[in-house]
This record gives sequence, C-alpha cells and structure tokens, in this order.
Amino acid sequence: MIAEVGHFALALSLALSVILAVLPMAGTFMRPSGTARAFTDTARPIAAVLFSLVLLAFLCLSALFVGNDFTVSLVATHSNLSLPIAYRVAATWGSHEGSMLLWVLMLTGWTAAVAAFSASLPHVLRTRILSVMGGITIGFLMFLLFTSNPFERLIPPPADGRDLNPLLQDPGMVFHPPLLYMGYVGLAVAFAFAVAGLIGGRFDAVWARWARPWTTVAWAFLTLGIALGSFWAYYELGWGGWWFWDPVENASFMPWLVATALIHSLAVTEKRGAFRSWTVLLAILGFSLSLLGTFLVRSGVLTSVHAFATDPARGVFILIFLAVVIGGSLLLYAWRAPALGSGSGFALISRESMLLANNVVLVVAMAAVLLGTLYPLALDTLGMGKISVGPPYFEAVFYPLMAPAMFLMAVGPLTRWKQAPLPDIARRLRWALAVAIAAALLQPLTTDAGFRPLAASGLAFGLWIAAGVVVAMLDMLKAPDGRVRASRARLHPASVWGMQLAHLGVAIFVIGVTLVKSSESEREVQLAPGQSIEVGGWRVEFKDLRTVTGPNYDAMRGRFELRRQSDAANTPPRAVLLPEKRVYRAQRMPMTEAAIDRSLWRDVYVSMGEPLTGNDWAIRVHVKPFVNWIWLGCVLMALGGFVAIADRRYRRRLAARDAVSANAPQVAGGLAPR
Amino acid sequence: MIRLETMKSLRLLIPVAIFALIGWFLLKGLDRDPKLVPSPLIGKPAPAFSLPVLNGEGNWSPAQMKGKVWLLNVWASWCAACQVEHPLLNDMARNQIVPIVGFAWKDKRDDSVAWLKRHGNPYSVVISDFDGRAAIDWGVYGAPETFLIDRDGVIRYKQVGPFTPEIIRDELLPLLKRLGAR
Repeated sequence: MIAEVGHFALALSLALSVILAVLPMAGTFMRPSGTARAFTDTARPIAAVLFSLVLLAFLCLSALFVGNDFTVSLVATHSNLSLPIAYRVAATWGSHEGSMLLWVLMLTGWTAAVAAFSASLPHVLRTRILSVMGGITIGFLMFLLFTSNPFERLIPPPADGRDLNPLLQDPGMVFHPPLLYMGYVGLAVAFAFAVAGLIGGRFDAVWARWARPWTTVAWAFLTLGIALGSFWAYYELGWGGWWFWDPVENASFMPWLVATALIHSLAVTEKRGAFRSWTVLLAILGFSLSLLGTFLVRSGVLTSVHAFATDPARGVFILIFLAVVIGGSLLLYAWRAPALGSGSGFALISRESMLLANNVVLVVAMAAVLLGTLYPLALDTLGMGKISVGPPYFEAVFYPLMAPAMFLMAVGPLTRWKQAPLPDIARRLRWALAVAIAAALLQPLTTDAGFRPLAASGLAFGLWIAAGVVVAMLDMLKAPDGRVRASRARLHPASVWGMQLAHLGVAIFVIGVTLVKSSESEREVQLAPGQSIEVGGWRVEFKDLRTVTGPNYDAMRGRFELRRQSDAANTPPRAVLLPEKRVYRAQRMPMTEAAIDRSLWRDVYVSMGEPLTGNDWAIRVHVKPFVNWIWLGCVLMALGGFVAIADRRYRRRLAARDAVSANAPQVAGGLAPR
Repeated sequence: MIRLETMKSLRLLIPVAIFALIGWFLLKGLDRDPKLVPSPLIGKPAPAFSLPVLNGEGNWSPAQMKGKVWLLNVWASWCAACQVEHPLLNDMARNQIVPIVGFAWKDKRDDSVAWLKRHGNPYSVVISDFDGRAAIDWGVYGAPETFLIDRDGVIRYKQVGPFTPEIIRDELLPLLKRLGAR
C-alpha cells in the first residue's frame, strides 16, 4: 500500500510539473489581464504542492526501507534484515532509483524555496524561473517513472534482502549524496535564472543580485559534497588516497569549476554590469555539466568505481533529455545573447580583468578535465585505438593551469574596479611576496627529500594567498588614522568577509595538498602480533588480533599501539588503533576499515591487507602530514559561501535607482576609497 | 556591417556546436556499451604473445596454459576500479577457484610491484605489457578487463570493468563449472 501511495504521488507530481512548466509561462506572454495574472499566479502554489508530493513519495520509500518490505524490488536488493536502521534510512538513496528520487526531491525543494523566498523579484522573472524549474522536473520525473521506478513490486518476496553495498554502509556515504545533489541541483536555479533572463532579454543588476546568493549556496553545497566524498574515499577505500581523477569524481569537479567561475563572474555583472553574456553562458554550462555528470554515472558509458547501476536505456533517455535542455538553452543563448549588451569598459589592471583571467583559467581547467574524461571515449568512437587516461595526465595538466589562478587570487581582491594603479598593488603585497619566497626557501625543512621545486612552489602559492587575505583584511579594518580596529568589521558587507574566508580556505587546501604530496611516508610490511614497524618518526606496534561480530558482518580486528619513535617502550601509547578486515555476510564482500589517528598536523593511518602465512598479516601504515588541511580548506571555502549569502543586500527590496551605473561607488569591493 | 553581425552571431553558436559534438560522441559511446557488445574475440583462439614475467626471469606465453581453464586479468596500478575488484580476485585465489594470470598493463615496473605488495597478489604469474602492444591484439581498452580462456585456448568470456560479487556468482562461477575448471 505504501509503495502504491508513493508511486501515485510521483505520477501526480509529473502532471503538476507539466502544468507548472506550461501554464505560468504562457501567462507571462499574454497581454496583461486578469486571466494572465491568474495563470502566472499558479506558479508559487504549484511549486509548493509539487515539493510536498515528492517529499511524500520520498518518505514512502524511506518507510519501506525502514520496514524492510521485501515485496518492493528496490528494498529486496538494497536492504537486509540485519542492516542497522540508520543505514536502512540511508539505503533510500543508496541505489540508482533512490538517488534519482533524492535528486527530484532536491530539485522540487529548490523550486519551492525560490517560490517562497523571491517576493522582491519582478513578477514575470520569478514566474518564468519557476516554470523553467518545472520543465526540468518533468524530465527527471519521467526518467524516474519510466526507466527507474523505485516502487516496483517483487512477487513473491525473498526471505531476506541482498543488503546494501558495504561500501555505502558508512556515515560519510550517508551524507555525501544529499550534499552533492544539493549542489548539483542548486545549479538548476542559476540555470533557470539564466534561461528566464534570456527569454525576457533583460539582464540588469537586479537579475545578477538575485542570482548571486542562489548560486553561492549551490556552490557551497557542491564544495562540501565533493570534499565529503573525498574524505570518505580516504578512510573507507583503505589505500590512503583522497582524489583519483575517476570519471565520476571529474563529473562532480567540472560543475564545481564552472560554478566557481560563475560566482566570480556574477560579481562583475552585479557590480559593473559587465560580462553579462559570459555570466549567462556559465550559468547554462554549470547545470549542463551537472546533467552530463548524471549521464556519465548512470549510462555506463565510462567504467568507474562509481558505476553502480548502468543501463543503456537510461543512457538514451538522459541523452535525449540532455539534448533538449542543453541544446535548447544554448540555442536560446545564441539567439538572445546579442540583445544583452555589454557593460562599461575597464583597464588592463583592474578587478574586472583579474576576474576575467580567473574565469578563463577555471573554464580552461574544466575543459582539460572534460577532455581527459571523454578522450578515451572519443578516440574509441573514431576507431583510433583504445586508451585510458589516468591521474598522470590530470596532474600534469592541472597544476600549471592553476598556478596563474593562485597568483591572481591574492592580487584580485586588492585591485580596484575599472582601473587600478600597479605600484600601489605591488606596495601592498610586498610582505605577502616576502612570506611566499621565504616559504619556498624553507621547503626543504618539511621533508627529508631536500629541495623540491614543485613542493616549494606549492607552499609559496599557499602562503601567498593566505598573506594576501591577511593584507586585505587588515586593510578593511584600518581606521582613517591608520590603526586597526575590529569594530570596523561591520562596515564591510558579509559577502566580502565570505570571499576572504573562502580564499583562506583555498590557501589552506593548497598547503595541505602540497605537504601531503611532498612529505607523506608509507610502509607495507608483513607483521605478526608482537612485532612493530617504524614509519615517519612513529612506531606502530601490532598487539593482537581478535574476531568481532558486527550486525551484518564478521571481522578480524587488529589492535595497534602508536608511539613516537623516541618514546621508551614502556610509555603509555599515544593512541590505540583498531583497523578491521570485514566480510559482509549477505554479499560475501571483503572490506577494509582503516584506523586513523587524526590530528591537525598529521594522520597516522593503519590498514590491514591480506592474511599471509601463519599469524602474519600484510599491514600498511601511512603517515600523512597536514592531510586534514585539505578538507579543512574545503570546509572554509563552503563556510565563506554561507557567510557571503548572509549579506543584507541580498534581502533588500531593490529600487530602480539601484541599477548599475558605471560611476556608482564601489564600497563592497573591500577597498573603499580612502 | 552585415558581415560583422553575421560573424558575431556565428560566434554565439560555438557553444551549441561544441555540445553537438560531445553529444554525438556520447551517443556513439552508448552503442559501445561494454555490456551490450561482447568482445569479437569470444569463441576465437586467444591471441599469442610472449611477454616478460614481472619480478621474474624469462618470458611467458599463453601456450603454457594449454589444457587448463584460466583467467587473464588486465590491471594497472593507476586504475582505481582495479582496486575495487582486487579483493574479489584475492578471494578467488585463496579458494583456488581458477588460476588467474595478471596482465600488468601500461604501467611502471616499480608501481606494479608495489601495488601487488600493497593489495595482495592473487596471480599465479604476472606478465608485463608496459607499452600496451600485446593488449591491442586482445582488444583491451581499459582496465580492469578479464578474459576467461578454456582448455583449448579459446576465449569464452570477457568481463569489462571490475568484477562484482554478483557477476562472479551469476556468470563466472556457472561458466567455470561448465568448462570444468580444476
């Protein structure tokens, strides 16, 4: 019964989304009249009801999982009587069908949010945005209902379910997909803003100012989602890596790169009215790459760690959907973009040109990732041989591309709009430059390997960005008498503080990546209980091994004591590590649970490989300095995004006089004229 | 003036053109779906080669397996999906289900050796094809790929992408039974 309710709710949602896509949109093209108004006024209530219905369907599926109703095919294949309840809830989105339902839930959720929080948008623009979102929802609901129905019955039911993939039975995996989808789907809002704007042919400061917070939120969620996925891979996959340039990782990284370009380009459009056409193209591109990512993951075109569910029929469907949404919006763009006009001009040394460079670098980086991801497919299709592109390509290409972006990151925020004096910038950044050079020269202290140019430049860039942020912040807090006062913080809008915080996050991320890459150490040894191993200044002693029984798995659990190499043998251990080798009963799938002693400065990572002869095990120990800075940096970036949208300006009703003019004072840039 | 306008609008069509190109490749890519199109080599004799043994002396060729049912598993240390599949291979080796020959593909010697040390070595022998020439004869276009060769040296099955417990249970094991492995 619950399954039928959920199924019916989805079918009803499809009907509603069709109405949402057609009726209000039609209303915006009619001559102003009572009927037109009645048509357009349906958009907001429909958006709310649509969200409620999809939420109902989602709750139905959750209830089926919690109740382990094996008459539902999806539950039978992704749950198990002994699966703990928390993972039964998470199993709702642990399958292809469930995760697509989660996607639709997020999409209708964003639609309802736009309906609820956009009272000050022009009526026609808001109506069209909601209609476009409705159109996207049609595609996904059809995909769900016709190729991936989560509520399909299975008669007769099996006695027990096949269990959730053990890789997904982990807290990190519970939250990774919802966060990532919040980001992916959030880009649909920016997309809808762009398409609605193109239909109306009007892109002014109001449009940009309203598109900005939505895009920033989506970007922040995307950042968190990707970071959590990487964090999960690091501790759950058991080989200590944190990014693999896997096609599916790339599929989430490409929209992130474009979204990053977009939030910067939107800033220019809002403040200076420039880059309009480019901003619109980026908004379309960001969501298009989200859809492309879905296609790559769900169609089985590329084989990858993530290719859980692949089905060519689904691939064809998504490809058609892709053609309609992306092809349609790009054609609309080609048709309407000439009407967008251009903003005011700017000099070579100006905030605008810095942000233009940032955009170019990010989009080129995205293109490089796209090329690497699709290259094997393209070559194969052309019959030119069969190849694989691995991490070496991406690493070789990515760093040189990012270097100019990292350089400009410290310069950009200190540069004025329109035109900036170069000597002034150089004077402000001389200390940052000194710090960066010092960091590069001191790099040999961080590793035994001596001077390594790549590591030195990475450290220099990281500290250059950080020092740039500090310089900019001190500037913002400096009173006219030259003294720094914390009370001046509130004179600057939250969006500027958010930007600085996010840039600091990038600095921390860069430093983390550099130090992990240059000074991590690892050893693989054959070890029996009682023996110990020394790695990177740490001694890990294998104490004993016991069998433990989990709810749905059996495991061998090792006990390892961690001491510094200089500690005496009888000092109490600094940490006890308990890695496990699990075998999940239902799927007979072996899993490695690494044990990690974490700190801000280093991780000690112990994982158990295979049992060897006698009592011996293959044991792997990593010491990873500063590895947590990678995710800390990402969290700061996302936090910066959330701080930025707290900006009051985004919630103020906009008056017509607020429209961009070339000579408006630019206080928000962080460089109020002194 | 008119020409300039035309140029400008043509420029705006570049994004659509790029997308159309990518879309075409994706459509072709769907045809190429590894699960729909099995290798043309199935039912054909396994291509011969003679390749150096990784971490050992001399060369090795498939002829040495004549009379046995065996698997050829193509992997590389840079391949993430191989790591996902690897515990299953270790499991098969431990239970002595079928001899597995490792085919270290497009890799560096040190990386391959270190990888096996790290993840366990389920292979009865590992051969190295670091320039990927022999793999071309086998139609290898990614790692991991696994071939099943019967007693007469004929390829009977090809797995593209990583094995999963389901594929091993539902496809590989029944086929092995039919071919009379071990």
